[in-house]
Amino acid sequence: MIAIKDLTFAYSGQPPIFQGYRLHVSRGEALSIIGPSGCGKTTLLYLLAGLRHPQSGTISIDDKPISRPRPRSGLVLQDHGLLPWQTVRENARLGLTIWGFYGSDGRHAPADEKLVPNQADQRVDDWLKKLGIDGLRDQYPLQISRGQRQRTAIARTLAMKPDLLLMDEPFSALDAPTREDLQKFIITLHAASDLTYIIVTHDIEVAVVMGKKILVLHKGCNEEARIMHNACAGFTDGRMQGEFQQQCEDLRKLLGSMT
Amino acid sequence: MRRRFDIRAALIGLLMFFAIWQLLAWIIHRPIMPSPLKVLPIFGASLFGDLGTHFLASSARVLAAICLAVVTAVPIGLGLGQVPKVNRIFAPLIAIVYPIPKIVFLPVIYVLMGITDISKIFLIAIIIFFQILVVVRDEAANLHPELILSVRSLGAGRRALFRYVYFPASLPAVLTALRVSVGTAIAVLFIAEQSLTTYGLGYYIVVETYQVLRYPEMYAGILAMSLLGLVLYFIIHNMEQKVNRYRGEEQN
Repeated sequence: MIAIKDLTFAYSGQPPIFQGYRLHVSRGEALSIIGPSGCGKTTLLYLLAGLRHPQSGTISIDDKPISRPRPRSGLVLQDHGLLPWQTVRENARLGLTIWGFYGSDGRHAPADEKLVPNQADQRVDDWLKKLGIDGLRDQYPLQISRGQRQRTAIARTLAMKPDLLLMDEPFSALDAPTREDLQKFIITLHAASDLTYIIVTHDIEVAVVMGKKILVLHKGCNEEARIMHNACAGFTDGRMQGEFQQQCEDLRKLLGSMT
Repeated sequence: MRRRFDIRAALIGLLMFFAIWQLLAWIIHRPIMPSPLKVLPIFGASLFGDLGTHFLASSARVLAAICLAVVTAVPIGLGLGQVPKVNRIFAPLIAIVYPIPKIVFLPVIYVLMGITDISKIFLIAIIIFFQILVVVRDEAANLHPELILSVRSLGAGRRALFRYVYFPASLPAVLTALRVSVGTAIAVLFIAEQSLTTYGLGYYIVVETYQVLRYPEMYAGILAMSLLGLVLYFIIHNMEQKVNRYRGEEQN
């Protein structure tokens, strides 16, 4: 689904963080990206989201090179993603509202889906219910908890029926029960559909829970994709406690050896 | 949360205002300080006559100036706030021009733009323009980059960002700037209307009443101008509270 070829990227006036980088992600995959801060993991996610542009090389999704945000790619950030002056429901509907603003032009909004306002409302309400925040729909983001805000952001993204979900540290500001709850939600959603997701994290355990493959980045210039396969992903019930611990240990060692 | 405008407080304020006025009228006891009991009937009667016409002329000028300032300052402020490179070039210039009392340009504007209403409206507009420009610029610059990125990821291009992010984000600041500058705007209007026109409260107060010693009528004009300021202030204040609803309720 995703093909990165010979990617080179540098922030202006700085040495490149990616050079000749190649990566392939198949449809339905669950990928974690981990590395120390400043290694380029968020940059890579933004490149995939079409919010940054490579100096050379191509990034294509479904064989189409990415030059701007793609309608079927969803992005969830750690924080600051909601409009403070809109209610939970208005925020969750924002993506579909923007689609309506442009019409199905195929650039800003998918050309293959036309929603009448009623359907959009219905879909948003369904996701609010599934995420357990339909009771908060008339609240403003400042009035609800961080976890509830993150649920709103996820509802907003899922209402757009993404086939690719890009997440940047989506759980790192949340308390443990909320984090586990949302991890389970995403894992269950992934298991029930052909959704591809990529999650950026600095947390070893999150990386192991969420990623069937774990992409490890390091500081300095990344030239070759280092991928660790992980059989423990998706089990949140502690069934593979021993293996899970081992996997985390291996990943910790790998990260240590790369810096 | 800001206290809501309540009628009882307003009545008490008005009552005190007129009581002090009456007191001053007794103490000073000269034609320049007529009693409100003499002025109010004149005010009431002439507001539906010639004073009303002057009131409408002044209101129209202020409103036109506000509109002109908003439609020019908001887009320019948003542009500057979002493009730091351009902002760095113009920031020193704005910092110098911003504090200049714009009224000093009155003669220049008259000569360049002629003695029509346009020149008066323009003068008031540039005062409000700079107030709005600065706050909108700062508001746009302070938006979290993550917020912009995440809305862009929803498909928003420049137009949708303006409609759903920049405009609503800067609206409260625009209203605050307007509320603060409306007093100055009316003060400048007063001066600008003293010459080269035959309509407006400034003209009424200075030329039609003060210069011919019709003091009670002059006070009716002063009341009308105060009313104009007051009404504008409270309209803007109310709009501000509406758009700030999401901030207010947080503290409940």
